[in-house]
Amino acid sequence: MSAATSIGPALPAVTGTPRRRRGRWNVPLVAGLTLFALIVLCAVCAPLLTSYDPIKQNLTDAFLAPGAKGHLLGTDAFGRDVFSRLLYGARVDLRVGVLAVISPFVIGSLLGLIAGWFGGWVDAVISRIVDMVIAFPFLVLVIALVFAMGPGTTSIYTAITLVGWVAYCRIVRGQVLIAKEQEYAMAARASGLPTWRILLRHLLPNVVLQAFVFSMSDIVLTLLAIVTLGFLGLGVPPPTPDWGTMIQEGQQFILDKWYMSTIPGLAVVLTGLALALIADGIVEKANK
Amino acid sequence: MKYLVYILKRLVSLIPVLLGISFIVFFLIRLIPGDPAATLLGSHATPAAINELRTQLGLTEPVWKQYLTFLGHLLQGNLGYSYVYNSPTVDLIKVSLPVTIWLLVAGTVFTLLIAVPLAVLAAARRNGIADNIIRAVPVVGLGLPAFWLGIMLILVFGLKLGWFPVAGYGVSIADHLRGIVLPGITIALTLSPILIRSLRASMIDVLSSDYIVTARAKGISTSRVVLGHALRNAAVSSVTVLGVNIAYLTGSTLVVERVFSLPGIGQQMINSILGRDFPTVQGITLTFAIMVVVVNLLTDVTHAALDPRVKLT
Repeated sequence: MSAATSIGPALPAVTGTPRRRRGRWNVPLVAGLTLFALIVLCAVCAPLLTSYDPIKQNLTDAFLAPGAKGHLLGTDAFGRDVFSRLLYGARVDLRVGVLAVISPFVIGSLLGLIAGWFGGWVDAVISRIVDMVIAFPFLVLVIALVFAMGPGTTSIYTAITLVGWVAYCRIVRGQVLIAKEQEYAMAARASGLPTWRILLRHLLPNVVLQAFVFSMSDIVLTLLAIVTLGFLGLGVPPPTPDWGTMIQEGQQFILDKWYMSTIPGLAVVLTGLALALIADGIVEKANK
Repeated sequence: MKYLVYILKRLVSLIPVLLGISFIVFFLIRLIPGDPAATLLGSHATPAAINELRTQLGLTEPVWKQYLTFLGHLLQGNLGYSYVYNSPTVDLIKVSLPVTIWLLVAGTVFTLLIAVPLAVLAAARRNGIADNIIRAVPVVGLGLPAFWLGIMLILVFGLKLGWFPVAGYGVSIADHLRGIVLPGITIALTLSPILIRSLRASMIDVLSSDYIVTARAKGISTSRVVLGHALRNAAVSSVTVLGVNIAYLTGSTLVVERVFSLPGIGQQMINSILGRDFPTVQGITLTFAIMVVVVNLLTDVTHAALDPRVKLT
């Protein structure tokens, strides 16, 4: 089976666009990876790019304009350097955003694999749970769960895992239903291989690409959820810098200090753009 | 007749989903670490008060009995009692729900106003300049935080230009209309990229089908072929996409209401979270889920009515 037949019909979003010839650069992928690498680099090298502590308050230097006294982007209401908070905020948000996608990806894909392969009551039970969770708006259920479990990063990870796995489960289950009717799967079954081996060695590599493509845009959605939690005061607890908290803190001074909310927001948009380009690039590559 | 049976069957199939929703909402209280009653009351609570709340929440009963009681109350329209507001939770939701629905309707209308013309333009002049620009929109739009977009719109159209109120909802219908424009546009700008993408794709599919070629060959003008023949058919599949995403965006109303200080259920939910008003948070979580279920039902029913090929089983 070629990879293209298993992923072709499930990607309606790109109908009509694959006019790129072979051998030419995959522009979205290269652009996205470059931009994302730059952002990650800024986050990793934060201590080299700024000498200011993102948490240390200095009330005599509050509300400095960008550029004043060596503060590239000025200071916030507590006199903390905004540029430094932006860089260290990237560390927090990117780490949580990427890590919070891994466990839903793994759990959802495995359950989707099991549901699609075994069918019957196993499928019925898993699919009903999926229906239940999908009935809630993602953000509402995440917020309610974080509220119930108390603030903190662990609650955020747990909440996003409990809500996020359903999307992967649905995608992989659908792919398995198609794949298990194909010759290679039947051959594997007929040759008497143990079930776990058929699932993990033969089916998973063929069905996981769709879930992987989705995970790229899921990182964006997760990042947005984390930033939104910060904005609502339910995210990573202060004084840890986080883009959402920075936007929320800037909102009350928006008239005089427009940059306080604008700049962290642009950081979110740029990160989202980078990941969306990567996702597009992967889809394009896969469709070739 | 067949259509009515279809709707009835769809309604019956909602029962297990609704039971599941109620179960998840019920289970929220179980996730509170330690003793929920003690956590909810905070560190200054007396043991007597904790005991009283524990009895009131029914935490002394076995779990299955607690769930049945909870379900029984739900069926009677009782979502619990808010100690913070000293009022039944249902009453709080009744006051704020119309604002949220109004916001959703405005958001959907603005979305259609933005997405349909752009998608049609892109598909009709495929690979042209407009198409290339419009195709880039979803890529940028995916990572746009709704609340940040709202703040930016407030900054430009509320504070600098003064065209729209910065926050609040007013009292008269005219106030409501003016107050809903910026929040509605905020929702539309986050929702329309997805819709543009799917509508453009299905327009392109339809435009290359045989009956369009025939229509063109007969000498019908391009605008009539695109708007009269193609759009109607392309719209059918986009109804489903729109429905799925309105469900998703129901969650964004929560944030948008917060930014624009609209007194809807999202704003109420955040206030209740900050006030540790557990029954109200539970009740509103349930309300949100029911809204999604209703939107999905409406989408399916509309789709079935628009597209005769949908099997009414």
